[in-house]
Amino acid sequence: MSSAPSTRRREWLLRAAQGAAVAACGGLVWNAFLVRSVHAAPWAPRPPGATEDFAAICIKCGLCVPACPYGTLSLATVDAGPAPGTPYFDPRRVPCYMCPGIPCAKACPTGALDAALPRIEDARMGLAVIDPESCLSWQGLRCEVCHRVCPVRDQAISIQPHPRQISRHAVFVPVVHADACTGCGLCTQACPTQVASINIVDPASVRGRMGEHYRLGWKDVAPAEGAPGADATPSAPMAPTPPRSGSPAPAAPPAAPAKVPGLDYLNAPP
Amino acid sequence: MSHHTIDRRDFIKSGIAASTALAVGLPVSQDAAAQAKSAEAGIAWDKGVCRFCGTGCGILVGTQGGKVVATKGDPDAPVNRGLNCIKGYFNGKILYGADRLTQPLMRMKDGKFDKNAPFQPVSWKVAMDEMERQFRKAYETKGPSAVAIIGSGQYTIPEAYAASKLMKAGFRSNNIDPNARLCMASAVVAFYQVFGIDEPANVYADIEKSNAMILWGNNMAEAHPVLWSRVTDRKLTHKDTKIVNLTTCTNMSSGLADLEIIMKPSSDLAIQNYIAREIIARGAVNQAFVDKHCIFATGPTDIGYGMRPTDQFGFPAEKDILAKQKVVTLDKYEAIAQRRKEGDKVEQKNAGPAAGNHWSITFEEFKRGVEPYTLDFVAELAKGDEAESLESFKKKLVALADLYIDPKRDVVSFWCMGFNQHQRGVWVNELCYTNHLLLGKHARPGNGAFSLTGQPSACGSAREVGAFCHRLPSDMLVNIKPHRAKTEKLWKLPENTLNPQVGASLMNILQGLEDGKINFVWTQVVNIFQSTPNSNHWLQAARKPDNFVVVADAYPTLSAKVADLILPSSMIFEKWGLYGNAERRTQAWRQQVAAPGEARTDVWMLMEFSKRFKLKDVWGEKKIPGLKAEGFTDNTLPDVLAEAQKMGYGPDATLYDVLFATPENKKVAWPDPKLRGKLNGTAEALGDKWFVEKALFNEYRQFTLGDGHDLADFDTYMRDDLRGLTWPVVDGKETVYRFNDEFDPYVKKGLGFDFYGKLMKAIPTGNLDGVIDPKPVPLPGKAKIFFRPYAAPAEQPDANYDLWLCTGRILEHWHTGSMTRRVPELHRAAPTAVLYMNPADAAARGLKRNDVAWIESRRGKVKAVVETQGRNKMPKGSVWAAFFDEGMQINKVVLDTLDPMSLEPDFKKSAVKVIKA
Repeated sequence: MSSAPSTRRREWLLRAAQGAAVAACGGLVWNAFLVRSVHAAPWAPRPPGATEDFAAICIKCGLCVPACPYGTLSLATVDAGPAPGTPYFDPRRVPCYMCPGIPCAKACPTGALDAALPRIEDARMGLAVIDPESCLSWQGLRCEVCHRVCPVRDQAISIQPHPRQISRHAVFVPVVHADACTGCGLCTQACPTQVASINIVDPASVRGRMGEHYRLGWKDVAPAEGAPGADATPSAPMAPTPPRSGSPAPAAPPAAPAKVPGLDYLNAPP
Repeated sequence: MSHHTIDRRDFIKSGIAASTALAVGLPVSQDAAAQAKSAEAGIAWDKGVCRFCGTGCGILVGTQGGKVVATKGDPDAPVNRGLNCIKGYFNGKILYGADRLTQPLMRMKDGKFDKNAPFQPVSWKVAMDEMERQFRKAYETKGPSAVAIIGSGQYTIPEAYAASKLMKAGFRSNNIDPNARLCMASAVVAFYQVFGIDEPANVYADIEKSNAMILWGNNMAEAHPVLWSRVTDRKLTHKDTKIVNLTTCTNMSSGLADLEIIMKPSSDLAIQNYIAREIIARGAVNQAFVDKHCIFATGPTDIGYGMRPTDQFGFPAEKDILAKQKVVTLDKYEAIAQRRKEGDKVEQKNAGPAAGNHWSITFEEFKRGVEPYTLDFVAELAKGDEAESLESFKKKLVALADLYIDPKRDVVSFWCMGFNQHQRGVWVNELCYTNHLLLGKHARPGNGAFSLTGQPSACGSAREVGAFCHRLPSDMLVNIKPHRAKTEKLWKLPENTLNPQVGASLMNILQGLEDGKINFVWTQVVNIFQSTPNSNHWLQAARKPDNFVVVADAYPTLSAKVADLILPSSMIFEKWGLYGNAERRTQAWRQQVAAPGEARTDVWMLMEFSKRFKLKDVWGEKKIPGLKAEGFTDNTLPDVLAEAQKMGYGPDATLYDVLFATPENKKVAWPDPKLRGKLNGTAEALGDKWFVEKALFNEYRQFTLGDGHDLADFDTYMRDDLRGLTWPVVDGKETVYRFNDEFDPYVKKGLGFDFYGKLMKAIPTGNLDGVIDPKPVPLPGKAKIFFRPYAAPAEQPDANYDLWLCTGRILEHWHTGSMTRRVPELHRAAPTAVLYMNPADAAARGLKRNDVAWIESRRGKVKAVVETQGRNKMPKGSVWAAFFDEGMQINKVVLDTLDPMSLEPDFKKSAVKVIKA
C-alpha cells in the first residue's frame, strides 16, 4: 500500500480531476464503449436534409451521389452501410463539406432529402461524439484539430480549457454541442489519432434528456414557449421517479387496492 | 491488486485524462491496459528534444529494433511537463516518411554531371567529387565571395559550429547565413543595440509570475502551443490575469484574450509610441531605474526598405516598389509621426549599413519625439477593422496603456514573427524594450519584454554559435578586430586569416545566384527555395547554368527539386545533438537510431568536404571585392601560409586536420568511455575514432566562458537527470534572470541591474534630427531607451492590388511542411494552405467558401482555396495564408522588402488581388 500522505495526495488529485471532468461534460462526451456499440449498429450518416422516414421514401435512385462535388456519398451495399441502395457517407474517408447550395438534396426526386432545408447549418446528418480516453486534447496535448476544422466552430465544437492540476499547463478540452453539430464529419476525417477519437453517431443512440421537472439554476433562461413546463406549473411537481433497481430505497410492492397510499406497506407484517 | 500499489509518480505520469475517465466512472478496459504493458516491454527510452518550434519541449524517445517506435512528452522537462502539441506528438514519425532520401542524387547524363539532366543515384564519392569540382570552379575564379552555405536555426550546435568554422576559418568566406535570418534577425539587432548582448533576460517561468501578458504579433496559441498552455493555465488559475492580443486579424490566441486589438500593418510602431507618451504624460516613468540604468537614443529614419539599389533584376510590375529604396514620398501619418510634411520626398540617404547608426539624445528630445503620438492620432492610424468604431478602438488603447502603467501589474510582452518580419522590425523590437525600461519592468520576475523564437535552435545554434555572415561565436562580430583576434587565438589561426568583411546575408546569397556574384550554394537543414519571399526569382536563379546548388536534406523538398546535387541527411535522433531554446535553455540528446541507407550527418559531410582542401588552396592571398579594413590591403585577404608554417601547419595540411581533427579533438575518443550511447553516425562513417560532436562542442564552449555566455560541458548536458540549463552557467549553476543582481552572477550585488553587454556601448551624441557630437561616449552597464518613429509599409493596397496579404504558420505544420506533411495524420488534419478571407471581401469577388481563387501580386500568382470561416477571421481588406504548402507556394507572391538593419524579410505586408479562378 502507498503511504498515507501519498494516498491523500492521490485522493486530492482525483477530486480535482473529477471537478474538471464534470465541468467538461457540459457538452456531449461519451465513453469509448458507447462509441463502439454504436459502430456496430447499421447506422451511417445520411446526406444533409434526410427526413425522419428517409429509408421509406428513398427510392435508391442514386442521383444524390454524383451531385456531390466532393465524392462524399456512397450507396450502401449488402456488405457495407445501412439499408442497401440508400446513400450514406463514411466521414473518416470523405466528410460532408457543407456546400451552401446543398446540391445533393436538390437532386433528390422524392423528397427523401429535403430540398427545402434552408441552410446547410440546419442539416443533422449525425452527431459528433468524442472518446475522451483516446482524444489527445483531453490528455492535455495541444491538438484541437477537430475544433479548428469544424465549419461551425465555437458553436458545434468549443474548447473549454481547464487547469491541468498536475503542472502549470491548461488542458484544452473539446466539447461537442448537439444543438449546432451538423454531423458533417470534418472533425472525424481530420482527427490525427490512429483510430478517430471523434466520430459521427446516430444522435438517438447517445442523446439523453434531463428530467423535465428540473432547471439548471445557474443558467438563467426561461423555457421556450410551448416546451414542457413553459407554463411554469409542471403537471406533476416533484413527482417521484420510479426508483431504479439496486436503489437503497425499498422497492414498493405492486399496488394493491388501497385507499390510503402507504397503508398496505405499513400494515404488512414486518 | 496492482492498481492499489500505484505510486503517486505513476499516477501523475498516467495523466489527467486517465484520472478523469476514472473519476467520471468510465469503464477502463483491462485488455487495453494489458496490451499497453506488453507493447512497452522492450522499448528503450532516452531523453530528447522536440524537433519543431522554439518552445523547446522535452520528449522521451522510445527505440526498439533500431527504430524510433514511440515518443512521449517528458514529465520532467520544465518547459512542458510531459505535454506536447500535435506536431510534437509525431516526433518519431517524421523520420519514416515514404520518400526519405537514402542516397546522394545528382543530375547526370552519360555518367557525368549535367545541369539539365534528371537526377540519378550516385555514390558519396561521385557526389563529393563533383561538389569539390564545382566549389573549386567558383572559388578559384571568383574567390571566397562566390561560395556560400545557407544554414539553419534547426542546426544542432555542433553542426552550426562546424559549418561556421569551415567557411570562416577554412575558406575565409563569411558567406554563411541561416534561415534564422528570416526569423530572428530583427530581434538580434535590437538586443545588440539596446543591451549590447543577444537573447532574452527573462524566462518562461515569468508566465507563472505575471498578471498581464501582451502578445504583439505572436499567435502563441498556434505558433508556441505548449507555452500557450502555460499562459492559459495562468489565466484560469489567477483570475486577475489579463491577456491582450495585438494582431492584424482575429486568430486562435484571441479566444483567451481580455482585449483583442486589431491593428493595421506596421501601426504597432505607433501604438508603442502612444504607450511611451502615456507613460510620460501620466508621470509613470520609473525615474530611479531609468537614471541609474538607461540612456535615451535614436537613429536615422531615411533607411530604405532593404531592397537592392537597382531594379535591373526586377519584373516590370515590381519597379514602382523597388524605386522606394531611393526616395519615399511621405503619407499623412508618416509625416505627422516624423514631424515632417505630407508629400515630402525623402531621399533614403541612410539605406545600407548606415541604417544601424544611432546616437544618444536627451530625455527632453525623447519626449519631443513621442509627442505627436496622441490617442486620437494613433487610433486613427492604427485601427485595423473598419467594422469597429473609433471610440471602441480608443478605449482599447487606453486599457492597454493602463495595463503597462499600473504599478500592480507584472507585465510580460511576448512577440515573435509579427515584430521580427517587419520592415522596421528592429525599431519595433526596440520600442517594446523602451516601454518596459521606462517603467523599470524588465529583467525582473514576472516583468520583461520577451522575444520568442520560431525555431528549435535559432538561439542555441544560429545565434550563439554565430552561424551568420556577420557573426563569430558568443556575440562577436567579423568586422571587429579584437573579436577576430580572439577567434583566431581560440581556433589557432594565423593573424588575419579571418575575413573582416561582413558576408552575404541570406537574401543576398539568393540575389547573388541571380546576379552572378555567387555560383556555389550548399544548403543544410533548410528548405530555402520555399521559405524565402519573392521566390520566383530564386527558383529561376538556382537553375542558371553557372550555378551549382547542393541541397542536404532528409526529404525531396522543393529546394531539392531545383538543386543540382542532393545529399541525404540524418535526422534529429539519428545523430548526437544539442539545441538552445528561446529562454537560453541548452538541451541535449544522444543518437538513438542509425540513419537509413546511406544518409549521413551534416557534420560528417562538412568533415569529408574539409578533407578535400589543403591550406595552400585557401590560405594564400585571396581577392575580396569591396574589402576595406584596418590592417588589410584593399580588396585583399593576405597570404597567411608562411605564418601557418611557423605554427606547424604545412601547405599540404588539410582543413580537416587543421580545423577539426586537431590533436586535442582527437583525444576525445569514440566510443566514449563515460557516456551512454552506442551509436555515432558521424564517427562511424569517418572511421577516425574521435567523437566529433563532443569535441567540437567543448571547443566551442571555450568562447562562451567568462563573458556572460557560459555553457556547461558536453557531458553535463548529456546527464540523465538534467533537462537543460539556462545560460550563463557559472559554477555549475544556471542563470534565471540576466542583468539582475539577485540572479545573475555577472552583476555585482548591490547594483540592482547591470546591462553589461559589450556591443555598441559607445555612441555619439545628438538630437532627433542627427548627430551633434560624433565623439563616442561610453555607456557601460546601461540599456538604451530608443525613440523610433512610425514608418509606412513600402507596399500598400491600391486600386489594382487591393488587399493586404499576411503569411504565417499553423499549429499542424512546421515551416515548409517537409517533415510534417509526410505524417499522414497531420496531412489529413491540414492538407492544404487556404486563403483566409473576410466573407464580404470574398462575396465582392464572386467567391464563397471552398471556391478556388488566384492570389496575385506584382511578383507572381498562386491558386488557393478560399476559407471565410476558419481559424483566422479576417477584417475587411486583409487576407492570410500559411507557407507550409508546397502545392500553394505563397512566397511566390510575397514582397521581399527587408528590415534595413537586420536584413530580415517582412513576410507580413504584401499587396495582392484575389480573383475567382
